[in-house]
Amino acid sequence: MTQANTTVTPEQQLDLYRFMLLDRIVEDTMTKLFRQNKIVGGLYSSLGQEAISVGTTYALEKRDWIAPMIRNIGGLLVKGVRPRDIFTQHMARFTSPTQGKDGTSHFGDLKNLHIVSPISMLGDLIPVMTGVAMAGRYLGQNIVALTWIGDGGTSTGAFHEGLNLAAQQRASLVLVIENNQWAYSTPVGRQVPIKHLADRAKAYGVRAFITDGNDVEAVFSTAREAVRLCRAGEGPIVIEAKTMRMRGHAQHDAAEYVPKGMFDHWKRRDPIETYERKLADAGVLTEKKKRQIFEGINAVIEEDRAFAENSPFPQPELAEGPIYHEGPLPIEPLWNRPVAEVTPPRSSVKPEWRVSGNGDFQMDAIEGVHNEQDQGSSRLGAAVPQPSPAGNSGRSGSKGNGAGRSPSKRVTKPARGRK
Amino acid sequence: MPQVTLLEAVRQALFEEMERDPAVVCIGEDIGVYGGAFKVTAGLLERFGWERVIDTPISETAIIGAACGMSYLGLRPVCELQFVDFIACCFNQLTNFVAKSFYLWGAPVPMVVRAPSGGGVHGGPFHSQNPEMYFAHTPGLKVVYPSTPYDAKGLMKSAIRDNNPVLFFEHKALYRRIKDDIPEGDYSVPLGKAAVRREGRHLTIATYAAMTHASMEAAAELAKEGIEAEVLDLRTIQPLDTDAILNSVKKTNRLLIVHEDTRFGGVAGEISAVVFEKAFDDLDAPVRRVTALDTPVPYSPPLEERFLPQMHDIVNAARDLARY
Repeated sequence: MTQANTTVTPEQQLDLYRFMLLDRIVEDTMTKLFRQNKIVGGLYSSLGQEAISVGTTYALEKRDWIAPMIRNIGGLLVKGVRPRDIFTQHMARFTSPTQGKDGTSHFGDLKNLHIVSPISMLGDLIPVMTGVAMAGRYLGQNIVALTWIGDGGTSTGAFHEGLNLAAQQRASLVLVIENNQWAYSTPVGRQVPIKHLADRAKAYGVRAFITDGNDVEAVFSTAREAVRLCRAGEGPIVIEAKTMRMRGHAQHDAAEYVPKGMFDHWKRRDPIETYERKLADAGVLTEKKKRQIFEGINAVIEEDRAFAENSPFPQPELAEGPIYHEGPLPIEPLWNRPVAEVTPPRSSVKPEWRVSGNGDFQMDAIEGVHNEQDQGSSRLGAAVPQPSPAGNSGRSGSKGNGAGRSPSKRVTKPARGRK
Repeated sequence: MPQVTLLEAVRQALFEEMERDPAVVCIGEDIGVYGGAFKVTAGLLERFGWERVIDTPISETAIIGAACGMSYLGLRPVCELQFVDFIACCFNQLTNFVAKSFYLWGAPVPMVVRAPSGGGVHGGPFHSQNPEMYFAHTPGLKVVYPSTPYDAKGLMKSAIRDNNPVLFFEHKALYRRIKDDIPEGDYSVPLGKAAVRREGRHLTIATYAAMTHASMEAAAELAKEGIEAEVLDLRTIQPLDTDAILNSVKKTNRLLIVHEDTRFGGVAGEISAVVFEKAFDDLDAPVRRVTALDTPVPYSPPLEERFLPQMHDIVNAARDLARY
């Protein structure tokens, strides 16, 4: 792998700072609303984790897709969601994206922003976003799908099924593991017997990076490299971002199970305060600029909070549905490759049983076990032939993606530490 | 018109829809080179290539999830589960993600999940089940369960063209047992419409899938005794064609419901409730049910035979009902 691009322009720096600040102020505002009993359900905080949502989403282009989890408000904001949508969602108003049918960050936008709504069951977004990436490749869109999972969510079956399918399909999926060290009350050491959750990727022959989740430029640079690799057909990529959940699981949880010293330690590493100092020292963030950013954010927040508070609840009849979609789809397939490539001329439907590239005889499937034992067990997985649809059809838009590439190169790459 | 099996009818529907619409792709386990456990997808790979006939690892959750994601970009994936029993492995992805997507955030999921189902072939407890009611009970899903090759092809085309998630049950005992005349060229059978298989005036037998054939045999037996049973094939469980059921009951005034699914919480209970609510005054007798036992599907042939509703069970229940 070539050295990742770590250059961040002053303009990008100010963007990253502004989005993190916006995220925090949006969530601070919701904490106030929660205490005023204006939030209908639970409220989950991404305090201290803003750099991850913001830094990863900032590495994407408009055509790319994200699927947020509960602590990824920052990603939604970077993608273009307005704070008013986040307020109205939490306040269950008719003006919210789901018209009050669901709350929190559970909403999406297929057509414009390319956001897939999450559900509460952890890990389910990983196969779904793998499918988004697969469809993107099939349609020739060269898009990247990005989603997040917590340290706790990496133990679900959907995580493993999804990541394995993504690997088998060479899907352009960026999977960001936000290791905030706590799954509700259970510390990561009591969830898994491994130090780095990025190591889970090795089992699937997937390249993984580890990054400092409280350093927004490190997160952004890592994500940018992951996106570049995915776009080049080198996906999927796992990023483990190490951070700390600075609140309880939700507002009701005082997190008394967390050692106080741990909060103190991570408070000193606050992603926004440290970045503010860095940009101020570099002369990028002047006092005047800082004031401008604050004022700009506060104006939007005031307006959107008022909008949300003045919004009506939905009419009860809305509960009745519809449950099925009638009429045309919101998005028709957008073909960025010749459709002729996937539509053969009409002919006989006679079954054929032999297809080239399926299960080619490989001597090292067994011999490899003996030869490679010293180098760890990962070679075992690498010896399995991986017929990639793109690789075997010979019609793929993304070159270097498929059977021609040696899978073993992937798995012997160590996770790259940034600390 | 050529005579084809139900299996071939489904295969033709897949072929023709894939030829018609490049947005249609198939995804599942062993559906490519092997052509699927029952050979329903045989020849698709050779015809349409790896990009449209996608072999997956043994990961039902990943299959359903990926198909859902593909549908968000406008594709129309058709998933194959090797046996419908394995739908339990992706229950969450189907009932929480796929089924709720449109209602909650307005994202339709135009995908089909097709799977061999049902008993009578001594497949044992994990290859013989009829889990349709878990999904008929889940708002947002459609559930189709054809009994004839003609319907299987026409309903599959409707399912693929539908903009909602459709579970498509293919009774494996019917795969090769029955043949139908199927017209050449394109036709479809609408979802949510039942079909009267046999007209009658003494009682209605509402049923679906393999039990349609058992009910038809029973009706022939009953006719020898002068009892004319009307056989109504539901074809789709969700949405349920309640109009067709009510119309038939208004004509015959007696209702027997037959299904291969277990009794408690089966669709017979739901149909009974609808008829009591909407056509109580038309009934001359209590609604009767013939169903499987409330047990797992046992393996040994005498046990499975006892478990499954038999033709003579239907005849006996219908005779009692007609004489009530």
